[in-house]
Amino acid sequence: MELFTLSDVHYEIMREIGNIGCGHAVSALSKMLNKKVGMKVPQVKLLEFGNVAGFVGGPENTIISIFIGISGEINGMILFLTEQPSARVLVNMVFGTPKNTELSFSEMELSAIQEIGNIMCSSYLSSFASLISKSISQSVPDMSIDMAGAILSVPAIEFGKIAEHVLFIESVFSTETDNVSGYFVLVPDLPSFKKIMSALGVD
Amino acid sequence: MPKKHRLKRVFGAEERQHQTELLYNLTYAQSRRIGAVTVKITVEIADFKVTKDSDSVITTLNLGSCVGIALYDPNRKIAGLAHIMLPDSTNALDNSNPAKFADSALALMLQEMTKLGANKAALQAKIAGGAQMFFSPAGPASRIGQRNADTTSRLLRLYGIPILGQDVGLNYARTVELYSKDGSVVIKTAGRADKAI
Repeated sequence: MELFTLSDVHYEIMREIGNIGCGHAVSALSKMLNKKVGMKVPQVKLLEFGNVAGFVGGPENTIISIFIGISGEINGMILFLTEQPSARVLVNMVFGTPKNTELSFSEMELSAIQEIGNIMCSSYLSSFASLISKSISQSVPDMSIDMAGAILSVPAIEFGKIAEHVLFIESVFSTETDNVSGYFVLVPDLPSFKKIMSALGVD
Repeated sequence: MPKKHRLKRVFGAEERQHQTELLYNLTYAQSRRIGAVTVKITVEIADFKVTKDSDSVITTLNLGSCVGIALYDPNRKIAGLAHIMLPDSTNALDNSNPAKFADSALALMLQEMTKLGANKAALQAKIAGGAQMFFSPAGPASRIGQRNADTTSRLLRLYGIPILGQDVGLNYARTVELYSKDGSVVIKTAGRADKAI
C-alpha cells in the first residue's frame, strides 16, 4: 500500500479513528475539568516534510508537546500538542489559580500538563485499541516545549525512512468559554497502517 | 531630512536592503556594489543549498533530531548547508531524495560546491542538531538524533574534512545560520542565548 494510492475509504476510516479517539480524550478532559469541551471534525493530512508545522502556527512557533510511543501489535506514536496560553488555562483550572497569565511554568505545573496530556492520549489509545481489537502498549510520556517544526520532525523522520510524505490524523478540540485548544496527532508506521486497515475490513 | 543624516542610521542586515532601496531607488546590482545587501537563503528539511556569494547567510530552521551540516571553503568563500533527517540512504525504503540522508546529501553537496569552485582539501565543517526531542526507551524515535550526529562526524572524517565546531545532542531544537563571508555559524534556540560556533 503506497501513501499516494489511499482511497476515500481509507481517509474516511482514518477520520473515524481520529473522531473516536479524540472523542474519548475530550470526554476524559471534560470530566477532569467539569467543563464542556467540543471538537472539530478530524482531518487526515498527507504533508510534505517542509510543511508539517503549518497547522500549529508555523515552524518557529513554540508549542508544548507530549509524546507517547506505541508498540505491540501496532507501532508508531501519538503526540498531544497545545500552545502555551492554552496550557496556562488548563493549569489554572486544575490548580484553581484563574488570574495567572504567566507563559512559563513551574515544575509542578509542567508535571500537571504532562499528566493531562498523558490521560488524554491514553483515552485516545485505549478507544483506538478496542476499535481495531488489537493490544497496544504505550511508553511513559515525555514532554518537550520547543519549536513546532522540530517537534513535528519526529514523526516526519519516522516516515522519512519509507516515504517522502508524512501521514497525520489530526484532531482538534476546544472548550467553549476558556479558549483552550489542542491537537492530537496519531502517527502509525506503514506496516501498522496496513494492519489497522485490514482489522477494519479494508485492503 | 537630508540624506546624509539618514545614512548614519545603523540598520540591521535585513532592514538594510529594504531601506537602501527605499531611500535611493537603487537597483539590486547597485545596492550590491555598495555592500548593502545580504542575501538570505533558506534550507528546508531534507534539502541543501550552496552559494559562492560571499555576502549571504544560509539558514535552516528547527533542527531537532535532524543535523545541519555547514561546509565552508575559506579561500574561495564558498558555503553550503544541508539539513539531513536520517543517517543512511542504503537501508532506506525510499531514497529518492538524496538530501534526506547524511551520506548521500554530503556527497551531493560536496559535488555542488566543487562545481562552484571550492577546493575539497580546504573545506571546513561545523555541525549542529542531533537532539533527542523525546525520551523514548525503545521504538521509532529512540536515538535517531545521536545516530545522525555520529554518522555525520564519521563521514566528515572519512572525507578528511575537519570539524571546527559542533553543537549537538541534548534535547532541544536549533536554528542554524551560516555566514558565507567568514564561515561563522550562529545557533539560535527557543529560550536560550544565541551561540556562535
